[in-house]
Amino acid sequence: MALSFKKQKQGFTSAYMGIYGLWLLAFVVLPLLLLLVESLQDQNHHFTLANYQAFFTSGSYLAMTFNSIWYAFLITVITLVFAYPTAYFLTTLKNKQFWLLLVILPTWINLLLKTYAFIGLLGQGGLVNSTLTAVGLHPMQLLFTDWSFLLVAAYVELPFMILPIFNALSDIDPLLTAASRDLGANSWQTLKKVIWPLSMPGVKAGIQAVFIPSLSLFMITRLIGGNRVITLGTAIEEHFLVTQNWAFGSTIGVILIVAMVITMLLTQDKQKGGRS
Amino acid sequence: MKKIRTPYLIVMFLILYLPILYLVFYSFNAGTTMKGFAGFSFKHYGELWQDTRLIDIVFETGIVALLSSLLATIIGTLGALAIFRVHRGAVKGALLSLNNVLLVSPDVIIGAAFLILFTTFKFSLGFVTVLLAHVAFSIPIVVLMVLPRLQEMNPDLVLAAQDLGARPTQVLGQVTIPAITPGIVAGFFMALTYSLDDFAVTFFVTGNGFSTLAVEIYSRARQGVSLEINALSALIFLFSLVIAVAYYFINRLNQRQKAPELREKVK
Repeated sequence: MALSFKKQKQGFTSAYMGIYGLWLLAFVVLPLLLLLVESLQDQNHHFTLANYQAFFTSGSYLAMTFNSIWYAFLITVITLVFAYPTAYFLTTLKNKQFWLLLVILPTWINLLLKTYAFIGLLGQGGLVNSTLTAVGLHPMQLLFTDWSFLLVAAYVELPFMILPIFNALSDIDPLLTAASRDLGANSWQTLKKVIWPLSMPGVKAGIQAVFIPSLSLFMITRLIGGNRVITLGTAIEEHFLVTQNWAFGSTIGVILIVAMVITMLLTQDKQKGGRS
Repeated sequence: MKKIRTPYLIVMFLILYLPILYLVFYSFNAGTTMKGFAGFSFKHYGELWQDTRLIDIVFETGIVALLSSLLATIIGTLGALAIFRVHRGAVKGALLSLNNVLLVSPDVIIGAAFLILFTTFKFSLGFVTVLLAHVAFSIPIVVLMVLPRLQEMNPDLVLAAQDLGARPTQVLGQVTIPAITPGIVAGFFMALTYSLDDFAVTFFVTGNGFSTLAVEIYSRARQGVSLEINALSALIFLFSLVIAVAYYFINRLNQRQKAPELREKVK
């Protein structure tokens, strides 16, 4: 009996691994390989490195790479600055689960609907401009500027920064902050020396949850940023769905992946170093 | 700190809800734009009711979300069980890294890579490709939700069931699955959220014949403002609000019921 149990269980395990492994191969390994192959082809499906050469010798694409990372960085910083105090104050509230639900609720409204709302809010005669006129200022061109892109992107990503920080802050043992106060630290010192370091896992999770999606917000650049191609995400969309130059679109994709892998490896090493 | 807490939170919640309330407010506008309120009217709700294309799309989006989360939950749970039973650290690490590739990739790259995949194998773009894509990008989050539950599970439970003569199917159905159910449920809801929220991947792999709500709103918003969309947002917001409130009260009720039970157990 015991042997047959073990054999049967092994059979199950191989079946699970078979199904899951099939998914890994078909939808993770294969698509990425195909993307790589596509990027190494010319129009007639012959092997070429010309796409990469074109990317790295083109000033506009290098500038766009810098722009993408810069915008994603700015969006991450803006959301972090606003999200951290929000998450912190929320953890000190009485009914905090209820308030947290109110933070989650806007994420259930589709991203496109929220972006669409900003077309009204920022447009000529929209709420922001009529408020400006009401207080005696001149209405401004707000839509189709880089600022409007940053604003909308930061708004959309804000809850995804608040949530992990809130969770990390909730996990902190309240006795630790009490101990810090007993030992004579003022609330600023407690925040800086106890709460901030202990909430770092949440901050890191939040940065990851915001930075990566910020690279592919092409719909916001299209609808709010004025249909200009200013980030690599928009460039990939343009090459695949507008100009149909899949090979070059794939090249940008591969470069973005490589850049991300390098960034992740670097941050991982730092974490290990910090721990040891 | 307490002095700035309340005003700060009020401002943050105003910012979070301003765009949504703005949409809802103008859904009642008798005019046709999101500037200048021309009087109260339900006419855009009437237009929405007449727009069978949009209503169909809402239902199709729901079907894709439910079906893809269900499939992703099944495959993801099997994946978590498979990864859990791998004992060699290096293999486990490799599997987990592969699992997380789709979680850390930007949506445009996933969309582009899936588009190449589907066209290479001559799939016609539409419902099937959208469904497959949603299943594929939801699986890794299910794995990550289920795996910790397996690791927290007491291994003696399985051994005890085995000693008592349970067959592997019984161990799985009566010991393992019940123990990891919270993780499976959380994974299902995460998959549902991912599917409903997705725009970029769907936009790449959907053909001309099939559309989800996000893709439809995108193409309509590019043509200009239509207050029918506002009416739809108002209904979606109301629906989400009802679910959130219901969830909150059910949760509270459960906790109240559990509290006396726990006290009994402590005694």
